[in-house]
Amino acid sequence: MSTFVLRRLLYLAPVWVGISFLAFVLATLAPGDPARMSAQELAGRPPTPVEIAAERERLGLNAPFPVRYVRWLANAARGDFGLSYRSGQPVTAALLQRLPSTLQLAAAATLLAMILALPLGVLGAIRRNSPVDHVTRAVAMAGASMPSYWLAYLLILVFSVRLHWLPVSGRGTWQHLVLPAVALGLGSAAVLMRLTRAELLETLNQDYVQTGRAKGLSEGRVVVGHALRNALIPVVTMTGIQFGSLLGGAAIVETVFAWPGIGKFLVDSISARDYPVIQGFVIVAGTAFLLVNLAVDVAYAWLDPRIRLAAAS
Amino acid sequence: MNVNVANRAPVGAGNGIVASKRERTQGATLSGTARAGHSLHWARRFAREKSGMAGLLILATLAFLAIAAPWVAPHDPVTVDPRAMLASSSQQHPLGTDNLGRDLLSRLIWGGRWSLGIALVAGLIIAGIGTLVGIVSGFVGGRLDEVLMRIVDVLLAFPSLVLALAIVGTVGPGTINVMLGMAAVWWADYARVVRAATLRARADTYVEAAQSCGCPPWRVLTRHVFPNVLPTVIVLATFGFGGLILALSGLGFLGLGAQPPIPEWGTMLDDGRPFFQRAPQLMVYPGLAIAFSALGCNLVGDALRDLLDPRLRR
Repeated sequence: MSTFVLRRLLYLAPVWVGISFLAFVLATLAPGDPARMSAQELAGRPPTPVEIAAERERLGLNAPFPVRYVRWLANAARGDFGLSYRSGQPVTAALLQRLPSTLQLAAAATLLAMILALPLGVLGAIRRNSPVDHVTRAVAMAGASMPSYWLAYLLILVFSVRLHWLPVSGRGTWQHLVLPAVALGLGSAAVLMRLTRAELLETLNQDYVQTGRAKGLSEGRVVVGHALRNALIPVVTMTGIQFGSLLGGAAIVETVFAWPGIGKFLVDSISARDYPVIQGFVIVAGTAFLLVNLAVDVAYAWLDPRIRLAAAS
Repeated sequence: MNVNVANRAPVGAGNGIVASKRERTQGATLSGTARAGHSLHWARRFAREKSGMAGLLILATLAFLAIAAPWVAPHDPVTVDPRAMLASSSQQHPLGTDNLGRDLLSRLIWGGRWSLGIALVAGLIIAGIGTLVGIVSGFVGGRLDEVLMRIVDVLLAFPSLVLALAIVGTVGPGTINVMLGMAAVWWADYARVVRAATLRARADTYVEAAQSCGCPPWRVLTRHVFPNVLPTVIVLATFGFGGLILALSGLGFLGLGAQPPIPEWGTMLDDGRPFFQRAPQLMVYPGLAIAFSALGCNLVGDALRDLLDPRLRR
């Protein structure tokens, strides 16, 4: 198993270098001359060309592109993405400080999605084309088509403004978590439910399911112990992908609910043209997504011995 | 999130190609009438899919309204009327007005032009780049394939909207920037799937036959491989279009897309935010328009996938 994890890590290294390169190039797309902006800030007035040139030299912006990238990468590898233009705080600290909020929200949304998706998906598959199946599929279709931020406003309108059951925004008690998690998780629930149903239908056609039934196992044992276990492998992958997307998709929902996570931080930083934060966010989000995928691969290997053995040999 | 649904599509759609392949290669040698009959056959089969037809109807209606906006919209979408601010629905304004007294229904109808138009252009760019990269990568193989797929790996290492959000956030808001920002990221999905379909098609005997008959590579690519990859692209593009509408309106909602007073649906949702307790219609209707567009794409995409996927055929 450890060989498997190590191999996956080695494979991820070049991808991470690519992510860092992308983040670095991103900053060069930003409009405006960083040397001029920095010089203006130091001088407190429109800078002279000499001052701008001096600042450019000081910031190392005269160096060739590859040299600047390697210098930047050396800092980034130590977790140093520079200082936020807005607050002067180190970007890494600011992002890490907000990451737990986002993880909490994404985890709650994923949990909710799984609690909804697995039973309904299984039910849809074993009662195929029944009224229950039709209704859950229609609801899932609608759920997958709804913009999450729009759903967020509808939820606020009903549960906060009209019924006063739950707070409109902010973070603190568990009540604050409910609406953002629902808004974020419902779309994922729809995707996972459809997938669970489709995969289970597929495995229920397999020979080993026939064998299970033929040797007199109860239908519950056949479905849960034999078919579902195999159907779950793609579902686990998709759950991981969904969790990763939620980390990113949280940007909009966090903004709606004023949830103090990295997504809202990104959106605020975009409005403030705080480029180092945007750059840092790209690296943190990319890295987080890679680690989630790694975890999924490990879960995969754990569920399916064939993958584990193929990787070991 | 729809992209993730779409990611599933190629697996099945790829198998679908195998079934339709024989008919298709024969079709290439048949007369024009036979080919027309062939398309008719598929059209008939699609017409039998009730939910797919419902999706097609939704999309056709939205497209018609968008195209016919100057004739069907009751008012001008940007004319301000200070006497009718935040009015509720009336005979003159069926869905009410916004904070500047602009007719909501007219803005919604004109908004279709922007929202669907932006998504269509972005979708075509994305599908074009993705298909080209995927087919070349799969067909040429070797070093080129290696390099292109590593780029794809990096782009796919981000949750779908995050990188586009960062790019547009850095470059600055605007219709063009939003389209290019999405295109810069989302082609990777297509490239990976089309590459897989190309690899499958390339391994087939009729490609080998064409090659051994001395058919030049570009001809093998355009006449034999591409037609067999096309169904995959179509299914992917249908789901992708729904996902794009959601993503682009999300960027609009964050104030990064089309700028006011342009009546883009996402931008309209953003504009309606401060008033949503007093005038919820400002947020409800544009959201419904977005949701229906995405729903239409998902329904049609589902039906197309079932059609092209023998595993799910009944």
